[in-house]
Amino acid sequence: MVHVNNFIKCCDRCWHSLDHPCPDLIDCINRGPLCHDDQTCHHRRLEQLQNHRRTRLERPAIFVGTGTCGLGAGAGYTLQRIKQYLQDKNVIADVYEVGCVGLCVGEPIVDIQLPNRTRISYQKITENKVDQLLDCALAGDVLMDHVICQYPDGAAQPWQHVPFITEHPFFAPQTRWVLANCGIIDPTSIEEYIANGGYQALAKAIHRLTPAELCDLIERSGLRGRGGGGFLTGRKWKLALTTPGDQKYFICNADEGDPGAFMDRAVIEGDPFRVLEGLSIAAYGIGANKAYIYIRAEYPLAIRRLKSAISQAKDYGLLGFNILDSGFSLDVIIKQGAGAFVCGEETALIHSIEGKRGMPRPRPPYPTQHGLFGQPTVINNVETLANVPEIVLKGPEWFSSLGTAASKGTKVFALSGKIVNTGLVEVAMGTKLRDIIFRIGGGIPNGKSYKAVQIGGPSGGCIPEQHLDIEIDYETLQGVGAMMGSGGLVVMDETTCMVDVAKFFMDFIQRESCGKCIPCREGTRRMLEILQRITRGRGSETGIAALERFKGVMYLNRLAEVIKDTSLCGLGKSAPNPVLSTLRWFKSEYEAHIYERKCPAGVCAELLFYKIDTSKCTGCTLCAKNCPAEAIVGNPKTPHFIIQDKCIGCGTCVDKCKFGAVIVE
Amino acid sequence: MNPSVESILEKYPNAKRDALIPILQEVQESQGYLSKEAIAAIGRHLGLPVSKIYGVATFYNQFRFSPRGQYHIQVCRGTACHVKGSAKVLEALKQELKLEPGNTTRDGLFSLEVVACIGACGLAPVIAINGEFYASLTPDKARNIIKSYRRKGAGNGSRQ
Repeated sequence: MVHVNNFIKCCDRCWHSLDHPCPDLIDCINRGPLCHDDQTCHHRRLEQLQNHRRTRLERPAIFVGTGTCGLGAGAGYTLQRIKQYLQDKNVIADVYEVGCVGLCVGEPIVDIQLPNRTRISYQKITENKVDQLLDCALAGDVLMDHVICQYPDGAAQPWQHVPFITEHPFFAPQTRWVLANCGIIDPTSIEEYIANGGYQALAKAIHRLTPAELCDLIERSGLRGRGGGGFLTGRKWKLALTTPGDQKYFICNADEGDPGAFMDRAVIEGDPFRVLEGLSIAAYGIGANKAYIYIRAEYPLAIRRLKSAISQAKDYGLLGFNILDSGFSLDVIIKQGAGAFVCGEETALIHSIEGKRGMPRPRPPYPTQHGLFGQPTVINNVETLANVPEIVLKGPEWFSSLGTAASKGTKVFALSGKIVNTGLVEVAMGTKLRDIIFRIGGGIPNGKSYKAVQIGGPSGGCIPEQHLDIEIDYETLQGVGAMMGSGGLVVMDETTCMVDVAKFFMDFIQRESCGKCIPCREGTRRMLEILQRITRGRGSETGIAALERFKGVMYLNRLAEVIKDTSLCGLGKSAPNPVLSTLRWFKSEYEAHIYERKCPAGVCAELLFYKIDTSKCTGCTLCAKNCPAEAIVGNPKTPHFIIQDKCIGCGTCVDKCKFGAVIVE
Repeated sequence: MNPSVESILEKYPNAKRDALIPILQEVQESQGYLSKEAIAAIGRHLGLPVSKIYGVATFYNQFRFSPRGQYHIQVCRGTACHVKGSAKVLEALKQELKLEPGNTTRDGLFSLEVVACIGACGLAPVIAINGEFYASLTPDKARNIIKSYRRKGAGNGSRQ
């Protein structure tokens, strides 16, 4: 084996190098060698492929999901413990760190594959479960309590009584295209990505398609911007391609600022090469030889994965000068976002890369005409780019065969909030919302009832029970006053107060408003004030304050409309959406807050009335000791009382009482 | 020893305006915050007035202008965390540390920061201390975590 720049040659006759790239490199790795005929080389290639596809294991392989969500659940400790165990027991096995398979609720997830057997996925393997799991699995048994599923694999012998991934309720209804490799392959190995079909699309695009043909192909596939705007990707590329410019730029937007969305992070952590390949193809499609990835600094792991992916792709000659001898060169630069939600807006993002305050400017001219440093620029979201390689490889018809009339392909949703299975879900466009929440998501935990799902982040809206049967695509969501946004689905149950949710989003938008245009800067602040007044207790309200409160309520709708119509950018235009949609579907909750000063869900602290049930109170004094406002009085062993004037409604007494004696009204 | 501001600036010869944010990020990474002196040095290097640099730095949430504590606590206030009760977790942390977000305790042990969304929504509510995640928190759990860090911090000289 000869290494040149980390690329493994079969023998000296392979002439691929960075100075003299081989156009058939990817094909050669998969079917090679192509430039000479030698059975030993052929076997060597095949052996490598089987190793990377893990179809022929010689020793057990252990995979630990170490995405951010996995690490948050303790996968780091699990990994340490696994390594320690193997060392202590002198077991020889390969340990791989993979990304997130999407079932966050099951983290830390550990997969084990024994030679000639299928790979099994286990959930909730915390540090203290490792020994039990490995004892059992390495002995050729299955730890049934923790099993998620097994992955079907041609030649390998499946396990008895273990459901296949296609039978698992969480995975069965999904169509995993973008997430195909996430949590399965090692995201730090380009060899593994290539062995699983990677980079064939790039080779096809730069050798067999002109940029114009490529743009046309993407347009025919019907792929629309997955960042939430929903603009036809191919059309955007064409606009940039046909604009003359001596230097064009492509930007991958990985500044996932939406609270409640984490699919871009997961895709980059789990399958960075797919994003990189999509970006390379896209840059070729518009004739750009410089690309930026604008990624949040809050995603350190994703940044590390990207950096390693870029350097490996450079070593292989799949990035840099004259890629695969096609004459196309590309440099990719990582820019870390500095934490401003508005930088998801394309013109603000461009300003941020230029080193200015991330403030939007009026459009037109659109970035495709006049973008980064005044040159034609296209900006696409991570998920949009992750779709590109498959479309190029399998053709636009394959892609557009799935989905609804106007929205093709799949969409990744991030399921979180009050739902049993939190995680990442990829479904075909046109899937019913009800199926996502109740079939895949497993419904609402703790026997509570569903109230709403918030979709599209701060610019989206809430969808009530009666509209759960809509088939999700860009248009249907707009019809019910929400929007696709980046695809964060936050589920809320009966204990969530919709006014509080609206207030939360308003607070977020108001803080993140860049301040350039008045409707957004001032309007959102006024709206937040109105909502704060609605959720405030009577306290020391004098006559004039009560009037102010009602005046605000009267103007709320009007204010929202004006902000929508007159703001400069998408952030302001969609800022009132959370308020408008909660007003539209949950009017009664607003009314309870406004007229009765009650919070039906029991969230808004100032509107709650705490009382101690004297028949249940044993006088243990726990509540009185913990009350921060010293509002609870009473002698030990006799029932206590709450002094309403002193009570600040924090709810500490409810949490502390062991007898359920504190009643909230 | 962390690299000095000068050594960071040397890495960016003939830098233009578009290098400003990466430089600010790198300086904050090594110094922990952006001091007046550092900003003045960056201004000289890039030929930009200090006011412009402050204009950019104050716009972004990432930049701090005062040193942070030995244990930097980031409280996630994303939608999922909010729905699952992060407000109460934040309240508990404020009480326990007697600290408002954006500040550092007197002994230099803890600093508190509210972040928009860490991206671990599946495990809400979440906080991160020096980059280490703590998931599915309750106010009590949060208090206990602070107490354990306090014990850890008391063991070694906590002044930065």
